Amino acid sequence: MSVKIISEECVGCEMCIESCPFGAIVMKDDKAVITDDCTSCGACESVCNFSAIVVEREKAEEPEDISSYKGVWVFIEHRDGHIRNVSMELVGEGRKLAEELGEEVSAVLIGDNVAGMSKDLFASGADNVYLAEGSAFKNYTTDAYTIAFTHLIRKYRPSVILLGATNDGRDLGPRVAARVKTGLTADCTSLAIDPDTRLVAWTRPAFGGNIMATIFCPNHRPQMGTVRPKVFKKPEPDYSRTGKTIREELAIKAEDIRTKLIDVVKVCSVSCNLEDAVFIVSGGRGLGKPEGFRMVEELAQVLKGTVGSSRAAVDAGWMPYPHQVGQTGKTVAPKIYIACGISGAIQHLAGMQTSDVIIAINKDPDAPIFKVATYGIVGDVYEVVPALTARLREVLQ
Amino acid sequence: MEIVVCVKQVPDTTEVKIDPVTNTLIREGVPSIVNPFDKYALEMALQLKDKHGGRITALSMGPPQAANALKECIAMGADQAILLSDRAFAGGDTLATSYTLSAAVRKMGNVDLIICGKQAIDGDTAQVGPEMAEHLGIGQITYVSNIEVDGERVIADREQDEGYDVIEARLPLVVSIIKLPTDPRLPTVKGTARAYRTEIPVWTAADLDIDVKDVGLNGSPTLVKRIFTPQRRGQGEIIEGDSKNAVDLLVDKLMQAKII
Repeated sequence: MSVKIISEECVGCEMCIESCPFGAIVMKDDKAVITDDCTSCGACESVCNFSAIVVEREKAEEPEDISSYKGVWVFIEHRDGHIRNVSMELVGEGRKLAEELGEEVSAVLIGDNVAGMSKDLFASGADNVYLAEGSAFKNYTTDAYTIAFTHLIRKYRPSVILLGATNDGRDLGPRVAARVKTGLTADCTSLAIDPDTRLVAWTRPAFGGNIMATIFCPNHRPQMGTVRPKVFKKPEPDYSRTGKTIREELAIKAEDIRTKLIDVVKVCSVSCNLEDAVFIVSGGRGLGKPEGFRMVEELAQVLKGTVGSSRAAVDAGWMPYPHQVGQTGKTVAPKIYIACGISGAIQHLAGMQTSDVIIAINKDPDAPIFKVATYGIVGDVYEVVPALTARLREVLQ
Repeated sequence: MEIVVCVKQVPDTTEVKIDPVTNTLIREGVPSIVNPFDKYALEMALQLKDKHGGRITALSMGPPQAANALKECIAMGADQAILLSDRAFAGGDTLATSYTLSAAVRKMGNVDLIICGKQAIDGDTAQVGPEMAEHLGIGQITYVSNIEVDGERVIADREQDEGYDVIEARLPLVVSIIKLPTDPRLPTVKGTARAYRTEIPVWTAADLDIDVKDVGLNGSPTLVKRIFTPQRRGQGEIIEGDSKNAVDLLVDKLMQAKII
């Protein structure tokens, strides 16, 4: 298995050089040459218009009959009796994919006493709800949910599975994918059906948001992916819609569950569910003191938003870690991200640069945050932020 | 306690720049570092070893130069390191990579705890840890900020939206680590000297009980179809004026653009 250039076919157009994320293609005597830096990722193969690049793969084992897999499934995440927004967003998007494929979209609902949520799922576009109920599913555990999910997959054979890219979705997804031995694309920000192959084209950021990659899962089923919250719109519910419920009785043995939830600890005085937030107001070291976050919280409150923090402010002990946005914190993409006294170190930008609108407030006109900001105000945060809070309070009332 | 810490050598993505003309990644001069979350994983392992004793093995899969990342782990206090390196492993997605790493853990035998960083900063998938746990047939706890071990019993704090869940489990176990309250310790002089002397053993495909069809590109269900640079944000607008005027102007603009 390796990537090879067919010298006779290569016209020296250099298209492949740009396509290589590892800088492993160089020109030699006007022909492309693969260097030792090649990781055999195969990204160059499709950009060559002259079929001069081949990725040699060993023959896979007898492929399973993948055409027997049908339908788009969405894993429904819920906490305290409420379906999480991201799951609803994915039911809406799953419906679009399913319509394009001419197939059905189904919700996978696992929990204790959760059947009542089915009507919301039908209203949001689900054709079917696969329901696994029981006390073993009261709290999320990797093991119980994996057993239920893989049972459903093996029995009903879906073609596509979407999960929210939340902590639980990213815990369950890889466990299930490894059990059924299929591909999983993490943290997608865009989904499409490839017109030629009818495969799902999963697009996701990598390298701290510096590049985007589109991934296929050609020969394994189901095709699985986790999708970031807030990428897709929550569908408008239509409660005249109905659907079919497929109830599965599953006996989970106690010894099959290897982890147990023994306590839930809240450390955030205000919500720190940043991934689901529509508005985020973040503070950084430019606030100068921990009390500065009170002002940030006030602005967040007016917007019904969530408070974020730069790493510097977390490291200084001004905010707890769950609020941290950036490479070693959370990746967020709200409708509006307001950065107060944040200089914009690249590790911070990696966590928020895909926000729809970025507003930066900083006294240093050369701060890198202004390079990504949609709107910037150069000034003292202690003047600008309270003024903004007051003005928004007026207009939003 | 036998602890394995999984480590990936990654390009420092904060040093990656985009060529403004070709709109592609400039990789020259980008330093390779130990994935930051893996350093926290090693710090967690070292704290457990400080309390309970035991042995820490740093394990990595990558090209020969990934040995440098493992040497850094030894300098920080890991007892030994193993590098999995073979052309056959190249191009592996998370399923193939986790399969390869778990084959190495099996070969080591009697491992109690496998600690991974929550994700690598180049791929950002957070999948290798849970997939290893599945290949090994043991439990997993992801997004962990603290582990207490008492005999076979493990208590871990697992990050959630508003704080954390406290999870109980038993060894053997795979745990993936987020940022810890304490920074990873720095290499010691003694450790650095030991790292310098240490020859990192390299295991190839032939050393592992694996089917080569299941590793590297061949064993990868996913395929990179296309890589492109995202549309760059246009240069934004600096709103001039004193605080009050600038804020009024900003809110007007937001309302005009129907953003609020």
